[in-house]
Amino acid sequence: MNVTDSDELATATPAAAAATPVTLAAKVRPGREALYFARRNRKLVLGLGVVLVFLAVAAAGPLVNPHGPNEYVGPPSQRPSAAFWFGTTMFGQDVFAQFAHGLRATFLVGLLGGGLAALVGMLVGFTAGWRGGTVDEVLNMLTNVVLVIPTLAVLLVIATYLRVRGVVPEAIFIGLFSWPWVARAIRAQTFSLRTRDFVDLARLSGAGATRIVFREIAPNMSSYLFMTFILLFGTSVLTAATLDFIGLGPTDGMSLGLMMNNAVLWSALPLGMWWWFVPPGLGITLIVGSLYIMNVGLDEVFNPRLREL
Amino acid sequence: MRQYFQRKLGIYVLTFFVAVTVDWMIPRFMPGDPVQTMLARASLRPEASQAMQAYYTGVFGLDVPIWRQYLNFWGALLRGDLGVSIWLFPQPVTSVILRAIPYTIALLVPAILLSWWAGNKFGAYAARRRWLDNTVLPVGYVLTATPYMWLGILLAWALATVAGVFPIAGGYSFDVEPSWSVAFLADLAWHWFLPFASLFLVGFGGWAIGMRNLIIYELEADYSHYLESLGAPRRLVRHYAYRNALLPQLTGLALQLGVLVAGALVTEIVFSYPGLGYLILQAINNQDFFLIQGAFLFIILGVLLANFLVDIVYVIVDPRTRVGMRGAA
Amino acid sequence: MSLRVDNLKVWYRTLRGEVRALDGVSFTIADGELVGLAGESGCGKSTLGKSLIRLDGRMRHVDGSVELDGKELPIGDSERMNGFRFKEVSIIPQYAMSAMNPTRKIGLLVAELLASRGERPAAVRDELLRRLALVGLEPEVLDRYPIELSGGMKQRMVMVISTLLNPSLLIADEVTSALDVSTQKAVAETLVELRDRNVVKSTIFITHDLSLVYQIADSIIVMYAGRLAERAPTDALVGSPRHPYTRMLLAALPEVGVRFADQRLEGIAGSPPSLLNPPAGCRFRDRCPLAVARCAEQPPFVEVAPDHYVACWKAS
Repeated sequence: MNVTDSDELATATPAAAAATPVTLAAKVRPGREALYFARRNRKLVLGLGVVLVFLAVAAAGPLVNPHGPNEYVGPPSQRPSAAFWFGTTMFGQDVFAQFAHGLRATFLVGLLGGGLAALVGMLVGFTAGWRGGTVDEVLNMLTNVVLVIPTLAVLLVIATYLRVRGVVPEAIFIGLFSWPWVARAIRAQTFSLRTRDFVDLARLSGAGATRIVFREIAPNMSSYLFMTFILLFGTSVLTAATLDFIGLGPTDGMSLGLMMNNAVLWSALPLGMWWWFVPPGLGITLIVGSLYIMNVGLDEVFNPRLREL
Repeated sequence: MRQYFQRKLGIYVLTFFVAVTVDWMIPRFMPGDPVQTMLARASLRPEASQAMQAYYTGVFGLDVPIWRQYLNFWGALLRGDLGVSIWLFPQPVTSVILRAIPYTIALLVPAILLSWWAGNKFGAYAARRRWLDNTVLPVGYVLTATPYMWLGILLAWALATVAGVFPIAGGYSFDVEPSWSVAFLADLAWHWFLPFASLFLVGFGGWAIGMRNLIIYELEADYSHYLESLGAPRRLVRHYAYRNALLPQLTGLALQLGVLVAGALVTEIVFSYPGLGYLILQAINNQDFFLIQGAFLFIILGVLLANFLVDIVYVIVDPRTRVGMRGAA
Repeated sequence: MSLRVDNLKVWYRTLRGEVRALDGVSFTIADGELVGLAGESGCGKSTLGKSLIRLDGRMRHVDGSVELDGKELPIGDSERMNGFRFKEVSIIPQYAMSAMNPTRKIGLLVAELLASRGERPAAVRDELLRRLALVGLEPEVLDRYPIELSGGMKQRMVMVISTLLNPSLLIADEVTSALDVSTQKAVAETLVELRDRNVVKSTIFITHDLSLVYQIADSIIVMYAGRLAERAPTDALVGSPRHPYTRMLLAALPEVGVRFADQRLEGIAGSPPSLLNPPAGCRFRDRCPLAVARCAEQPPFVEVAPDHYVACWKAS
């Protein structure tokens, strides 16, 4: 028998051993499949649940509770009671009202800051990954510089000089410095996806760069992008809380970090006024922790190999 | 390898440049006459105001062209002159900061090293047993989601206020004289413990989770399967997996430095621990801009140095970097 | 050494049920025999190879037994199998390119592996160097990291490591699939040489490339959809194949000198059945041009000529 180069005897078929699940799965749309696993994933459901509870408190709390966060509504330094669910501060302010208002600021910062960081990261990452060459080099340099600079240090200097500070500018500043790791990851992914066949096909059919990036490459990373946003949400909340705690947060309104700042400043610690400093920190911990756990769940939903048997 | 270090150094130098420039630029973008505004905000004695004016003029020097101001700033910086503290007049900023730095370093270095080492060990161990994994994971996520200052607050409240085991504030007791005696060192350590523990715990959680995830990935790698196919004991496979998982953890350490430093700063504030963080808080409350700017530069310098150190360690630890640079056979 | 596999069934647990990757396989291998195990992707050949040395997490030993030199091979019990791994049964894996720890020098890796298996590295060192020379690697390679080696060099290094303790049975799992033609030839010839020098007793050479295995194997087993289709000495299988699947496989191979304009390549229409819920009877039924009603009953794997086994009603 004459022999030539090894050619797959699988001119017959392409099927693989465990391919049978694939043939079945092909009948179920990928979106539906993700939803199926999403509903059954305990981490995702639990994490999302906790976050939604806090969101509800943030949204409904100030409506249910008539007191403003800085109003002097009752006797100072009261423990939690039926009248004041979280007690009162050293000055007689309603801690729960502060908490609910603070939650609003927290969610706002997370959304804006996380969203902005995600946007910038995607912009830089996709551009660097797609263009390559000098553009990539320059963007890389930028990414590395912003990466090394500690966020808090920069925010420290900027915020110090601003007389009046609001939640939105704070969120914007945080977003402007939290994106480097996202850009790096997206750039790497774009590089690898760029050489794939479907991209070549798109190019052949005359699609422009933006179209290819948004219609072909990004959807392949959509699960990763979503998870990245959640992570950025969490880190923005933590950064904002830290900034507020130092005293460089928004000059008006209330935030959870500011609550802790006040508590420590006005000796809540030696006086044992736990109802003043436990709720804000607990709120942040639970929200960010739930976001992280949600992320783990999402990873399992999107990545079949991680699903437990 | 030289190229690698040159590139890294290049980035750090560039970053320092950018940081210094940003530091110098920001006051200028504030509305109004920066010098007067700042001097006015800081309530000074008249003679202090004169001395300040002198320094300021040199650095901000309205009679001097912008580029000159910039160069003056750099010149002063390289001489170690960061100006004079407004709040603690007439002490120069540099010496004020240098007094606080040892406390911060004493917190940061042990906390970073120990939490990294312990977190890695524990994360690797947790990946081995299912029940441990199921408890470690949630606890780890909660710990790493905890804001640094809140954990500090909790520890202070629980162990200092309620239990009375540790002091709640300060670097050392008020009634003790600083000296090199054992008693004083013990007092220092006693005050140091809670802030250190707080930093340690949050970091620990993060590293444990990271390592647990990485080691599972390594244990599923081809080389692990090959060794198992050849009957290698679990001990050997785990040892290889652990060593390989340490590499991305090292990279992660460099990335987290900024966050860790921020954590140390706020933890100091909670405990009124006389390090850089507490100094910054007081500087903010007293509108001492020179002090804040000086602290900023110190932080940047420290983080850049630490990054460089990690880069060196990484090259030593990962043989692939050296080989890749030599060029594959 | 002799290997006897009797009605072996190994299934994979998946979320959608159990995939019957290996569904009742029986054969024997004689001392010094180099057997080619061929079939298309998904036929179960890799599963067979893996189950003889290490079941991975999803695999389950459902039924059947394996005997090595008359002793039972406890494939379902990983603890007890450890005594056999590397020493009696060894494998050159499909992923040989990434089989070595990237951050360990190769020499150190080998030494640590040997030590962990109770062997003294110093005692084996001379033999190791001889084996390196056998496959055409320099002794300096022990001081290198895997990243410094080319793909072919890594493949050969893994061959050396896997056969270092002279196993009775060597399983070579798709060792040529990722290589260029000249390296394929070198690797195939090395396998033969390892057998000729008595370094290994018998070898199972798993591949999808009939044209390659034809050149080195003493006999060939053809698998389809988790079952054996045909087993015969090489010349017999290639010269007078009995199973329709084997015939069509051989017909699908391109011939030297024949041009596309003269004769088109024929594939086998259709695809293998799902192994989640395999159909009853002969699994090739749906694609077989010779299928009749009787094929609804699974044909037994019987000997139709000396050492020539087929599972087909039409052949026996």
